[in-house]
Amino acid sequence: MKLSKLLTQHKTDIVKKWFDNAVQSYKMDVAKFLKTQSDQFANPVGGAFSQNLEPLFNELCGQMNAEVLTASVDPIVRIRAVQSFAPSQAVAFIFSLKRIIRTILKKELHSDNLLRELYEFDLKIDVLGLIAFDAFMVCREKIYDLKANEMRNRTLHAFERAKLVKNTSIYNIHAQGAQQITNREEVLSKNK
Amino acid sequence: MAEDLPKAEEFLTNIDHKVPDTAWMDTPTEIRKGMYCYASNPKSVETLGLPNARKWSATDDDWQLPENWQEIIHNGFKERLERFRSLKVFMDICVRCGACADKCHFYIGTGDPKNMPVLRAELLRSVYRNDFTKIGKLLGRAAGARKMTLDVLKEWWYYLFQCSECRRCSVFCPYGIDTAEITIMGRELLNLIGLNIDWIATPVANCFRTGNHLGIQPHAFKDMLDFFVEDIEEVTGVQLEPSFNRKGADILFITPSGDVFADPGTYTCMGYMMLFHYLKEKYGFDITWSTYASEGGNFGFFTSHETMKRLNAKMYAEAKRLGVKWILGGECGHMWRVINQYMDTMNGPADFLEEPVSPITGTKFENAKSTKMVHIAEFTADLIKHNKLELDPRRNDHLKITYHDSCNPARGMGLLDEPRYVIKKVAKHFYEMPANTIREQTFCCGSGAGLNAGENMELRMAGGLPRANAVRSVHEKHGVNMLACVCAIDRAALPPLMEYWVPEVDVTGLHELVANALIMPGENDRTTDLRGEDLPETEDDADE
Amino acid sequence: MNVKYLYSLILVIALFLMAYAGVEMAGLQIVFGIIVPYVAVAIFLWGFISKILGWANSAVPFRIPTTSGQQKSLDWIKQNKIDNPSTTAGVVVRMALEILVFRSLFRNTKMALHKGVKLIYSWEIWLWVGALAFHWAFFVTVTRHLRFFTDPVPFPITILENVDSFFQVGLPLVFQSGVVLLAALLFLFLRRLFEPQVRYISLAADYFPLFLLIGIALSGILMRYFIKTDIVAAKELAMGLVTFKPCIPETVGSIFYIHLFLVCTLLAYFPYSKLMHFGGVFLSPTRNLANNTRMQRHVNPWNYPVKTHTYEEYEDDFREKMIEAGLPVDKDKE
Repeated sequence: MKLSKLLTQHKTDIVKKWFDNAVQSYKMDVAKFLKTQSDQFANPVGGAFSQNLEPLFNELCGQMNAEVLTASVDPIVRIRAVQSFAPSQAVAFIFSLKRIIRTILKKELHSDNLLRELYEFDLKIDVLGLIAFDAFMVCREKIYDLKANEMRNRTLHAFERAKLVKNTSIYNIHAQGAQQITNREEVLSKNK
Repeated sequence: MAEDLPKAEEFLTNIDHKVPDTAWMDTPTEIRKGMYCYASNPKSVETLGLPNARKWSATDDDWQLPENWQEIIHNGFKERLERFRSLKVFMDICVRCGACADKCHFYIGTGDPKNMPVLRAELLRSVYRNDFTKIGKLLGRAAGARKMTLDVLKEWWYYLFQCSECRRCSVFCPYGIDTAEITIMGRELLNLIGLNIDWIATPVANCFRTGNHLGIQPHAFKDMLDFFVEDIEEVTGVQLEPSFNRKGADILFITPSGDVFADPGTYTCMGYMMLFHYLKEKYGFDITWSTYASEGGNFGFFTSHETMKRLNAKMYAEAKRLGVKWILGGECGHMWRVINQYMDTMNGPADFLEEPVSPITGTKFENAKSTKMVHIAEFTADLIKHNKLELDPRRNDHLKITYHDSCNPARGMGLLDEPRYVIKKVAKHFYEMPANTIREQTFCCGSGAGLNAGENMELRMAGGLPRANAVRSVHEKHGVNMLACVCAIDRAALPPLMEYWVPEVDVTGLHELVANALIMPGENDRTTDLRGEDLPETEDDADE
Repeated sequence: MNVKYLYSLILVIALFLMAYAGVEMAGLQIVFGIIVPYVAVAIFLWGFISKILGWANSAVPFRIPTTSGQQKSLDWIKQNKIDNPSTTAGVVVRMALEILVFRSLFRNTKMALHKGVKLIYSWEIWLWVGALAFHWAFFVTVTRHLRFFTDPVPFPITILENVDSFFQVGLPLVFQSGVVLLAALLFLFLRRLFEPQVRYISLAADYFPLFLLIGIALSGILMRYFIKTDIVAAKELAMGLVTFKPCIPETVGSIFYIHLFLVCTLLAYFPYSKLMHFGGVFLSPTRNLANNTRMQRHVNPWNYPVKTHTYEEYEDDFREKMIEAGLPVDKDKE
């Protein structure tokens, strides 16, 4: 019980450090912008971190409700999934919480009891890490899905409706760039 | 992605992933998957007669450049400095105050410092200083100058195709420095040595030959519109007869081919057709489509001024051939930047046309008296203002609408209030996004200027984040479920953007909303909208 | 360590010492009091004029104003006549606001002010305040200095001096413009140094003029309030220069030569640097043109014919298909 009290006591400090640490994964000038631009519309990335880290921390200290965790981790991971981060980098900010807690509670963390509780808390962070990784993969799959199907959904759907294209199954293949356009052209002319 | 995975020892030493802070000139460019578009198909480059057609890829070490590529770039740069005061002035006067830095949607979304507008411009400026200024030649790097090398060239290519020429930075710059202008010049230079992207070059080649970006041949174009006729009849019970390439019509209508061939633009296209039919029945309105000038958009604009002119020429040529009085233009972004700021200068004077007058209201479109081309939002707003349309806005009651200002009509024209007026007249629930994300401060869809390819989806999603974030806020606050826009690229790019960030919100063009509300003469009781979705409370309507 | 600003700082200190040593040790008063000023002014005039002519010689092929407000369209839609001007008058107002009060830069801050969010985070407003303070203070200071080059001193300059020393502090009276100038320069320097975004984009060429101006302001302030120099003699030297009867009065102290030398450096450097934004802002095509191309044809001086794909060629390509689809054609099938 003691650890949870300590964590609540130091919540502001921990969440702030957590936020600072998370934005350090960007270049320094970007990190500063993410930290200081307080208008969430001018700064959606910083906004996603600052709005969601605290609920995440609360949940880690509380019920560990998977839905709440997913809902709060998703906006952050969704952004990192399109920012050229390696998967490890994209979710690393979650695990950095372990080190931050150890640094902030350095003085307090001496008794065996507390360390045992800390071990339990670490496991919760691991769970959050796994949730984040799942969320990351969902986002990446969505990206690939969009890549593969955008053309089909938008253009070919229109063609299909107009019955200008007879068989569109070939478009389910993940076509690429130039090839895709050429194919499209060819099919259209063939169908005439 | 896999190649980016850190090694085990890096995890240990660099667990916090703090990014080292090297000066930008010392930070090598890494061409990352998902952020760039595929190189162009040599066939398309040949069709256009552009230089150095070959098969190549951005990830190759050797880009198969002409031997004297540095000389070509240098001479091309020099020529453009003489031809464009904008370029010359913008190369000289930036004081790097940083006002633009965080105004770019690509910077905000990607977190890549070289996406700050000022740095994007410095990519060119550094070479400009080295090649064309005394102080740069004298002091070199100390004066911010550097030689054009292959690495610099790759950096140019990578970042000039991460700019959607949206001009948002230019609004905030104390000198009006316009990164779009710099990107346009930079891309022009790259085109001189064959560094194009396929998503631009192939549509341009298509457009040149067949009249539209998608390469749709005349009969298919007609087929598509005929199909819309069937669809509209199904929804409204009204039979339409669009006319094509008809000589002697009063007005020629030109819209981006995306409206004809890609959802949800197709519904907007049906909207135009229904409006024209309504006006024909009620007021004898006389308009024709063209299969030759079947593209309003102009990806030539993203290639070079010359290519833009070559494609744009069809509009006036067709208007002249058909002998119309003036031209009406559909909903499109960069098409309108080209019409508003370039067309008359490049391909005018249009002295064979008449000053546009609405045949229905008698309104003279004074603002288009030289170019003789009217935006359909201006045209429709005028109709509604004069009470010429019978509308039932309740049919749009299931929609809670917000409006996305497309960059080009906003910052290259100033078409802001006309579409808003129309929306408010055809629908009841309209909510604005936050002030710093609309009108002249609007955020780009992230896919403009020829970047709406599939392979660079990560870039598009990151670049569109600020826009999506603003949409989400009105979705959460007011339950907004429909994002309206007047741009064909938006209609193509925003649906996947919404699907990723705010899946509850769909995308529509302005005239789809108009057509849903428009009470056609002799129509059935409509039970669905143009998309075939049930209309709200149709039973209540029947009771009244 | 940020070498970019160190280089610039060292360079300005070197210039400072050069003038000091030149006058104090080598006795080169004639060089620093007569030759350098003439050369500097000549370089300035030559450079400034040729730069402006260079810009002016480049064509303006298209009207590409950045439209930041509602266009002129239908009568009943209110046009934003300043941010989206369609007339010359509108452009003049837009340019005046841009040049006199840095309107676009101010736009940065509008949101923050509007929402009343913590201004401490909103560096942008301080950029606007700092930039405005610097430019106006600089303008007042330069104008004030005209008293050294005119005899009798024109009335408006005397008024300006009186206003500038309005608070009647100190002896000699403290000019507010000098204090504001120095403070604004220091702010702009610190911002460049400590704001990571701005530091990242800064070049040595961004620090150098700041240090140079700080040097000029400091030497000026030192001369007026601390190491007093013979003002009458200084004016004699200045008048000598403008009347082309140069002379070197004995009683002018070396601090004066340092001040003068830094000013000369600034003058000579000016046309070849970003400081030319002073001239360029007037020529920026996104601001100084009206958004009226649809109303009035703009002519491109180098417009040239291009190869297009004509309707005839198009019809030749697709004639059969067009006829089959029932589309009208110009030439019937042969």
